[in-house]
Amino acid sequence: MVTTLEEFQIETRAWLEENCPLSMRQPVKSMEDVYWGGRKAKFNSEDQKQWFEKMSERGWTAPQWPKQYGGGGLSKDEARILKAETDRLNCRPALYSFGIWMLGPALLHYGSEEQKMEHLPKIVNGEIWWCQGYSEPGAGSDLAGLQTRAELQGDEYIVNGSKIWTSYADRADMIFCLVRTNPDAKKHSGISFLLIDMENEGVSTSPIKLISGKSAFCQTFFDNVKAPARNLIGEENAGWTIAKYLLTHERDMIGASFISEGQKTLAEMALETLGEDPQTEPILRTQVAQHEMDMLAFKLTLARSTDEAKQGQGMGAKSSMLKYLGTELNKDRHELIVALNGFDGLGWEGEEFNEGKIVRDYLRTKANSIEGGTSEIQLNIISKHILGLPG
Amino acid sequence: METTIKEKKQTYRPLVLDEEQQLLRESAKDYLREKSPVAAFRKLRDEANPQGYDKHLWQEMAQMGWAGLAIAEEFGGMNYGYLGLGIVLEEMGRTLTSSPINSTVLLGATLVSLGGSEAQKKTLLGGISEGKLVLTLALEEGNHHQSLPKQTTATKTAEGYTLQGQKTFVMDGHVADKMVVVARTSGNATDTQGITLFLVDAKAAGVNIHRSQLVDCRNYAKVSFENVTVSAEDIIGNVGEGFAILEKTLNIARIGLSAEMLGMMQEAFDRTMVYLKERKQFGVPIGSFQGLQHRSADMYCHIELCKSVVLKALMSIEEDSAQLPMYASLAKAKVGQTLARVSNEAVQMFGGIGVTDDEEIGFFLKRARVAQQSLGDYTYHLQRLVKFQKLA
Repeated sequence: MVTTLEEFQIETRAWLEENCPLSMRQPVKSMEDVYWGGRKAKFNSEDQKQWFEKMSERGWTAPQWPKQYGGGGLSKDEARILKAETDRLNCRPALYSFGIWMLGPALLHYGSEEQKMEHLPKIVNGEIWWCQGYSEPGAGSDLAGLQTRAELQGDEYIVNGSKIWTSYADRADMIFCLVRTNPDAKKHSGISFLLIDMENEGVSTSPIKLISGKSAFCQTFFDNVKAPARNLIGEENAGWTIAKYLLTHERDMIGASFISEGQKTLAEMALETLGEDPQTEPILRTQVAQHEMDMLAFKLTLARSTDEAKQGQGMGAKSSMLKYLGTELNKDRHELIVALNGFDGLGWEGEEFNEGKIVRDYLRTKANSIEGGTSEIQLNIISKHILGLPG
Repeated sequence: METTIKEKKQTYRPLVLDEEQQLLRESAKDYLREKSPVAAFRKLRDEANPQGYDKHLWQEMAQMGWAGLAIAEEFGGMNYGYLGLGIVLEEMGRTLTSSPINSTVLLGATLVSLGGSEAQKKTLLGGISEGKLVLTLALEEGNHHQSLPKQTTATKTAEGYTLQGQKTFVMDGHVADKMVVVARTSGNATDTQGITLFLVDAKAAGVNIHRSQLVDCRNYAKVSFENVTVSAEDIIGNVGEGFAILEKTLNIARIGLSAEMLGMMQEAFDRTMVYLKERKQFGVPIGSFQGLQHRSADMYCHIELCKSVVLKALMSIEEDSAQLPMYASLAKAKVGQTLARVSNEAVQMFGGIGVTDDEEIGFFLKRARVAQQSLGDYTYHLQRLVKFQKLA
């Protein structure tokens, strides 16, 4: 069936109006408001269930994935329209999933047909909650220095070691991991990309508390954990290529994730907190304008890079730029939000301070420029790959 | 519902140059590199050229259509739009090409196109398109940009008006054939009502022009008007209602100037990156030092922000967007801020050679500072952004 984009837009709008429950058109306030799926999944409301089921039926939890893997099979333009239409109604994402954001794109690129058929539909349908095992206590910025060992014995890998910053590892069903399969090769050439079931014997997790008082982060331990050899993605010892691909993807995601149309601008927050009298905190007002200047410039740059990508002008190392600028700007934004709120912005507990939301969000932003590759690592990448500066 | 979707689709314009615009950039780049490299600018300076620019070159550029890029076809222009003009300005920024394009095309022609009568457009825009007429704007009266005149006045007489006052930093003032003088005909110093735009011949009786030598070795002048008689026909727009035309012209020119500054910034940066790869100390290229790498990479990011802002701002001129004043200030502020930093860092990273007159990098710093100051500097436009955000 041939439909023009215009028809697609009209149909999509009507379908969303009909199928997205009103309560799913409210901003996400806490993690309780979002659905992560998984083997032990529970819906928090009937509306959440309905919204998720309607969306996953159409494959619209992964709109651009091919239909044979359960995805929506939408073109880039159609996906853009869907995004615009869901934004327009403020629809919540029907499913939060590292499977959709991270593993899926890697599988589509590097997975075998069998692996795609096995894992992708379950991701679209929210059957499996995936988490990511990249960093280790001894391998942060120097990620390729990772030491978690996987040895092939028969048709199984035996995994030993530990991963850190594994978000939601305590709730996830499976983990996609970077493991060392050849300890004698140069560090980038001995790494493989392996899928491990978290229910397997020898897997344990322990939560990590951040300066914000809580977090989804865990440390995950592997003690003689078995993973079938068919769970190896790509060639053995060729995992670094997949890792790099996913890191680029992650940077794009993080860079863009701080911009959402529904979000209040800092200028709006300034007016709410400081009032309209320009004599109140004039310097702070100027700082807010400075921030808005950069934020506008950043939004335009995001739009430009999307438009350039559409014309086939590759982004490449530009994802490092977007990650760097996006996270630094978000930190600046929260720094100013705290300043705008004065002492109120420093409240840690109690209803009067909304349980410290302002300061906890602020503290959480400190990790923005560390996770997914520190700002310094991004600057290294830009220096090397865009500017061509020597070693 | 259907119509709103259609409208939305038509108004979305991707933030990329089309093929024709890319070709224009390439041809402008090639032409300027060959005919007007920075060495040509040095020569103009060293010979203390009285004209301040290469007249022959300007003629050639006009023949290529550059002077008429944003002028309607019926008045001899190319009607190609401000994005095209911005592309040329950016490339001229890269080579530090001195020409009357800012005074005459950005300011003069824009003002006449926006506010002139048919007769004025016919006589003035044709001459500009052909590169035969230098038309500038006499606005400033002090050391800092101001869009309202403080002391230049015009009084009604039997013959028309009598102009009285003094203007400073008039771009290309000493080589202009004509200038548009911003004067008050009624109201108080802060009123936007009562501003009138007078077209004055540079040779008219009572006009005194004195060239001001600024650090960028371009053309600026102090111009005084002593009882200059102007006929009522030489008013652009209506009496007392010139401010709207002026302000829109200024916004457009601020964006055009930002494009030139963007070119300068990129060239200074590119040259610095080449230098970091060539210059060796401690036995290695200095570009291998992280202390320089991170500063460079951060600058690169901010230059990319500037590119987006300038592109969007140029498009907003063509779309006649209500956001034009905001985009003008966004561009001039962000580009001004970044250019200040990039030009400083360029000189620093060139080290000792960077502070010598033999090395061209210093020319970029010098031109940068004047361009930053022109039509409002960073703080001027930041202040406007504060207002646009309704923070004041």
